[in-house]
Amino acid sequence: MHIAVCIKQVPDSAQIRVHPVTNTIMRQGVPAIVNPFDLFALEEALRIKDRTGARVTVLSMGPPQAEDALKKCISLGADDAILVTDKAFSGADTLATSYVLAAALRTLHEKQPLDLVFTGKQTIDGDTAQVGPGIAIRLGYQLLTYVSRIAKIDVQDSRIVVERRAEGGVQVLESRLPAVITMLEGTNTIRFADMPGMFTAARQQTQHWNREAIGITDLTQVGLKGSPTVVAQVFAPKPKAVRALRIEGETPAAMAEAFVDKLFTDYPQLEEALLEHLDQLAAQEQQS
Amino acid sequence: MSELPAKPVKKPKRVLPERFVSYKGVWVFIEHEHGHVHPVSWELLGKGRELADKLGVELAGVLIGAPGPKIAALAGETFAYGADLCYLMQDAVLHDYRNQAYTAAITTLVNTYQPEILLLGATTQGRDLAGSVATTLLTGLTADCTGLEIDLADRSMLSSRPTFGGSLMCTIVNLATRPQMATVRPRVMPLPVKDPKRPGRIVEHAFDLAEESIVTKVIDFIPDSRADKPQLAFADYIVAGGRGMGKPENFDLLFSLAKTLGAEVGASRPAVHAGWADAERQVGQSGKTVRPKFYLAAGVSGAIQHRVGMEGADVIAAINVDANAPIFDFSNYALIGNALELLPALQTAFAARLAQTRARVTRSAPKEE
Repeated sequence: MHIAVCIKQVPDSAQIRVHPVTNTIMRQGVPAIVNPFDLFALEEALRIKDRTGARVTVLSMGPPQAEDALKKCISLGADDAILVTDKAFSGADTLATSYVLAAALRTLHEKQPLDLVFTGKQTIDGDTAQVGPGIAIRLGYQLLTYVSRIAKIDVQDSRIVVERRAEGGVQVLESRLPAVITMLEGTNTIRFADMPGMFTAARQQTQHWNREAIGITDLTQVGLKGSPTVVAQVFAPKPKAVRALRIEGETPAAMAEAFVDKLFTDYPQLEEALLEHLDQLAAQEQQS
Repeated sequence: MSELPAKPVKKPKRVLPERFVSYKGVWVFIEHEHGHVHPVSWELLGKGRELADKLGVELAGVLIGAPGPKIAALAGETFAYGADLCYLMQDAVLHDYRNQAYTAAITTLVNTYQPEILLLGATTQGRDLAGSVATTLLTGLTADCTGLEIDLADRSMLSSRPTFGGSLMCTIVNLATRPQMATVRPRVMPLPVKDPKRPGRIVEHAFDLAEESIVTKVIDFIPDSRADKPQLAFADYIVAGGRGMGKPENFDLLFSLAKTLGAEVGASRPAVHAGWADAERQVGQSGKTVRPKFYLAAGVSGAIQHRVGMEGADVIAAINVDANAPIFDFSNYALIGNALELLPALQTAFAARLAQTRARVTRSAPKEE
């Protein structure tokens, strides 16, 4: 069994600051990490590997320094790492990204047939959740998004049963391999790298694949040229016109009382609605 | 947040190919599961109406599902929320949402009737579908937009969305392919006023895939029991905690106050990452967008990541020890102090006030019996 896990190296968005004058992102000193959502995908693949001895290949499209993120995945237990990197790929939106990743996955499939492709639910920098579906469509694989549990995999029979988070409930789906799975967050806990894993990661070479290596000849499909969406403007979020009214009070109790009084004096309809809401809740409770 | 003038919109030079010039109209995908329409679809019809009026074109709802009286009734509702027409595709194969079937349905409709804009909710279903449809059609898709506008100069849609975890906003255009696709989160756009008398027409189109050709089968659906899942997105009253709550046990103070107010408990990303609150409770760019009547933030600094998820609240009050915390830049009320002391005090104050008002209302308006 062969599993590919697509990952992305992202800036740790919790630590990003915007330059107050130039209004641009200050990347200096912001650590690059493996997209946290992708780690749930990797862990799920590694669990299948633990059970079945499947081969796990991690794959990423990105600049040369994204190799660090791939090495991290090797230290956790992935068997191979491939960095898909080429100057022509830069500036790609999700459509152009899925084109390149699909080409790389096809190349990988030729070397050893793929049964499953995992991605995270979305990235923390782009937040789009579009690349997973894009890959599935381009490869003609079944798409299983927001998977919270893999209930069954039968490689012989090419069947898979998963639980998927849908609106208002969980869908249990039976599908066919190969499939693209985007893994829901919080569904497993990523393991820690052990010493042998770290040594392997330090030793092992990451393969670099450029556009020739994955058979891309049409440059209108990749990078900025292959991206229908373009960023036309970047701006700071609009500041809210009102500045908060400071509530005074000697003690917490006095401050709380002053606040509640002021709030319901300013917004009498809020108090009315709140009382009605509480009445409804009480009525519901009585019923059940 | 600095008050910088936005840089002007700078569009790249791209020409719309001839074959797309005839694409006209604004479409909204009407998401429904198990007989319920996701409210984001009505919100999008409200926004879609604005865009269609500006462009001088029709607004259409796109309704896909199993045949029956239910779906016909939903078509009528799309008119009530502002659609001029409703594209209807009904087939037993479309009973449950499945990516392959729904992607085929939408792409068939788009290729046949050729809209210039297609909007979907940024829900689990909407995102699953939007990414697949956009890739099949090879068109541009912008996720999680918070603002949509029309540039009449070239009839293009300007889609604004937070980027880099909400630290910045960007405006994205799609100039050379059609339809221009975007997803919008629930509760970002206001719900339009419903007019049950508004007329509209139904355009029916047959679905041409047989069940045998749809690979994935739905073998079960386990609905969330309403009781044990937080219903944050639709809560009218929310009390939320952040890193300033100090430790997980302190979240009990929020739950306690929430009980007095009949509120849901929310949390900022750091609090969720620290494991103090369930991921379902996260409010913000990578969590839920909320639009409550009242939002109380305790020990939340007000990072933009959090702000984009809750600034649509009608009234915001914030508790923070730091008088300069960014949260006060977009709150109505500032309670500067220790959340651990103020939360129990607020619970007492709210309980006393509400009891008092209730007593007064009952006295002044005795029951009619």
